[in-house]
Amino acid sequence: MRKLALDDEILLKIEKPARYIGNEINAVRKDADAVDVRIAMCFPDVYEIGMSHLGIQILYELFNRREDVWCERVYSPWTDLDKIMRERDIPLFALESQDPILDFDFLGITIQYEMCYTNILQILDLSHIPLLAKDRQEGCPLVIGGGPCTYNPEPLADFFDLFYIGEGETSYDALIDLYREHKAAKKSRKEFLLAASRIPGIYVPSLYEADYHEDGTIASFAPVCEGVPAVIQKQIVMDLDRAPYPKAPIVPFIKVTQDRVVLEIQRGCIRGCRFCQAGMIYRPARERDVEGLKACADEMLKNTGHEEISLSSLSSSDYSQLRELTDYLIKKCSGSGINISLPSLRIDAFSLDVMGKVQDVRKSSLTFAPEAGSQRLRDVINKGLTEEVILKGAGDAFEGGWNKVKLYFMLGLPTETEEDRKEIAHLAERIAERYYEIPKERRNGKCQITVSTSFFVPKPFTPFQWERMCTKDEFLGHARTVNHEIKDQLNRKSIRYHWHEADVTVLEGLLARGDRRVGAAILDAYRHGALYDAWTDEFRSELWEQAFQNTGIDPNFYTVRERSLDEILPWDFIDTGVTKAHLARERQRALAQEVTENCRRKCSGCGARRYGGGVCYEG
Amino acid sequence: MKVRIKFSKQGVMKFIGHLDVMRFFQKAMRRAGIDIAFTEGFSPHMIMSFALPLGVGLTSSAEYMDIEIRTPVSSAEAVARLNGVMAEGMEVLSFRQIDDGKAAKAMTLVAAADYTVRLRDEANLPAGWQERLPGFAAQEHIVVLKKSKTGEREEDIRPMIYRLEAKDGAVQMRLAAGSAANLKPELVMEAFAEYLGTELPEYGLLINREELYAQLSQDFIPLNDLGRDIDA
Repeated sequence: MRKLALDDEILLKIEKPARYIGNEINAVRKDADAVDVRIAMCFPDVYEIGMSHLGIQILYELFNRREDVWCERVYSPWTDLDKIMRERDIPLFALESQDPILDFDFLGITIQYEMCYTNILQILDLSHIPLLAKDRQEGCPLVIGGGPCTYNPEPLADFFDLFYIGEGETSYDALIDLYREHKAAKKSRKEFLLAASRIPGIYVPSLYEADYHEDGTIASFAPVCEGVPAVIQKQIVMDLDRAPYPKAPIVPFIKVTQDRVVLEIQRGCIRGCRFCQAGMIYRPARERDVEGLKACADEMLKNTGHEEISLSSLSSSDYSQLRELTDYLIKKCSGSGINISLPSLRIDAFSLDVMGKVQDVRKSSLTFAPEAGSQRLRDVINKGLTEEVILKGAGDAFEGGWNKVKLYFMLGLPTETEEDRKEIAHLAERIAERYYEIPKERRNGKCQITVSTSFFVPKPFTPFQWERMCTKDEFLGHARTVNHEIKDQLNRKSIRYHWHEADVTVLEGLLARGDRRVGAAILDAYRHGALYDAWTDEFRSELWEQAFQNTGIDPNFYTVRERSLDEILPWDFIDTGVTKAHLARERQRALAQEVTENCRRKCSGCGARRYGGGVCYEG
Repeated sequence: MKVRIKFSKQGVMKFIGHLDVMRFFQKAMRRAGIDIAFTEGFSPHMIMSFALPLGVGLTSSAEYMDIEIRTPVSSAEAVARLNGVMAEGMEVLSFRQIDDGKAAKAMTLVAAADYTVRLRDEANLPAGWQERLPGFAAQEHIVVLKKSKTGEREEDIRPMIYRLEAKDGAVQMRLAAGSAANLKPELVMEAFAEYLGTELPEYGLLINREELYAQLSQDFIPLNDLGRDIDA
């Protein structure tokens, strides 16, 4: 029987001990002595969140295919265990072998959102790995970061030995091979990092230096030695059909957020929503072959026993073989008690037909993401969704028996006015009116419209990367406007309104566009107790305010300041394929309220065509 | 066809709670290709019921669940297929046909359970406790404070103890189990510790459920014995 890193007494005392015992179906076990390289893959949040992430499962598959590598998993211990581990000095361990992370060659951390930055430090700290990369000695695991936040890795530069920029499927083999060679030849950590910096997509922050102007903006950013590339090329898989995919993903014992088979149907998005980072950094949009997806779905359902399958993509409606795929899945799953979930579908006749087949119409709700209330502002952000389409979709759905609608918007968008904000309420009102046009005897009681607003965060590598972000008070004022307007309307009882927390958003915006100097504040906040900042109940705004004071960082410099187009941005050294000129052009068009067509209709010349595939070369 | 499955739950699986064990088996049925029947309605679920939930931290050599299958499969094949998709620590021990009807359900039938209780640390009870167990067991009443959601109340647990003896450094007991009367082994050990003038530390016991029984007239029959093997 396996020996666990934690005693029974600890496991029985804490919440959900299943988070820490491993042993799940499809978890990979190998002989630690028979492999050359041991990797601990980490999602720096609690198990249920981390286990729901597809990216780690892909990497887990990719690494464990190699006989010379054993890749295991590690997640953030919840606060109850965190406390015990510190008190008793128990080192953090990987789930499969239960061995200390300190015994590993690599600690890979996927960085999916800014609010997990303090959890990264928790992982390092509990692993007994020095928090600052410069303090790490020979033999200490190499800490490597990946994921969307590494498109601006600078706030985390001090804590990582290396970053992998882009999709993991392309360069990891080269990195592992290089590491094996260096390990066998007993070369130093420094030598390895220098050699690794020459692998496409690998960024070794210690080999670069930033200088600043007096006003705090970046004066220069460059490698400190010869042979280290000045620009890092994002990595991208052009043939998704041949890329490794986890056909036997791990099946957790406890209920996790994504407790289902996840089938990635495409990567990237053809829509050019100007606020959306994923829509830019994953360009060009690439589809997976429908026959391959069918086989993959069969195999994954069989290997996991999951009772639900979900299609994953940024915009499922844009997948060209969607009808064929959904028909296949409906046929396969009917009678076997397997549910199909179809997120990110545009509401139209086709999707309503499909959803009517796979969901309980009375219970399920429809989701629209107009993102902005007025047509004017939707044109600014290039969200190609018109009020006519929304009302038509909602109307068809109401006629079809649905009565719950969710609407998602952002507040604080560039050029946004009081009128634009009020339009959010008005749009919800018109949807409610549309519902009550249906004769009473055919209605299913009252309709429930839920309006949710988040606050806009300008992200790197989007046309809005130079924009000013609102202050907390401005954000809350905007939310009040929407709230009052909704409460003044006739159908207010059919409309519910939720808004996101403003202080977390401001911090997210700061970290998203921060530079190297911000790292000191992250460290200070962590040292004073900040952890699980993504969790509303755990987030402590005052720790961060204090951290910025302690480290002399002015948050406004990073949030409310509009950047000039010629400023060197902290992330400019990364090449995502989409040119800065394209982003600047899109920004101009946004301010002129000009819509840009999607990639399938007309190429906008963003630069991603040079990867030689995907939507750029369709048809 | 109604089927009773007996399985053991050992090792690290003791940290998986009852509801998660249910979910585990729902998925295991699919992986093993057991053609299980579903309830009617828009969100159908598998027809599957467990005899008696096992607390987190306890191991078991005899857990039972009843299911209904649509396509017959032999006992030997079903056991092999299910064991091909188990997690380490879970083992399917038998897969046997049972009678239809509510009266035959394990959940309805279960009346008693055997447990073996060991001390995590020998020092958790004073030396020589073995000799004093018969005296404890021979009492006419054993009154304990039973905690429930509504508060504490005194209860005589003696009638729910059917057997209690020391063997090979462990305590073996047969206790009332099921919906009519149910006694947890921890409670017996706490009462015994009190009888010895001491108190057990938290998590001081290692408990294994050994068997579950139905009571037919005066006899306790293992739930497994009420089923019959399905031939190929």
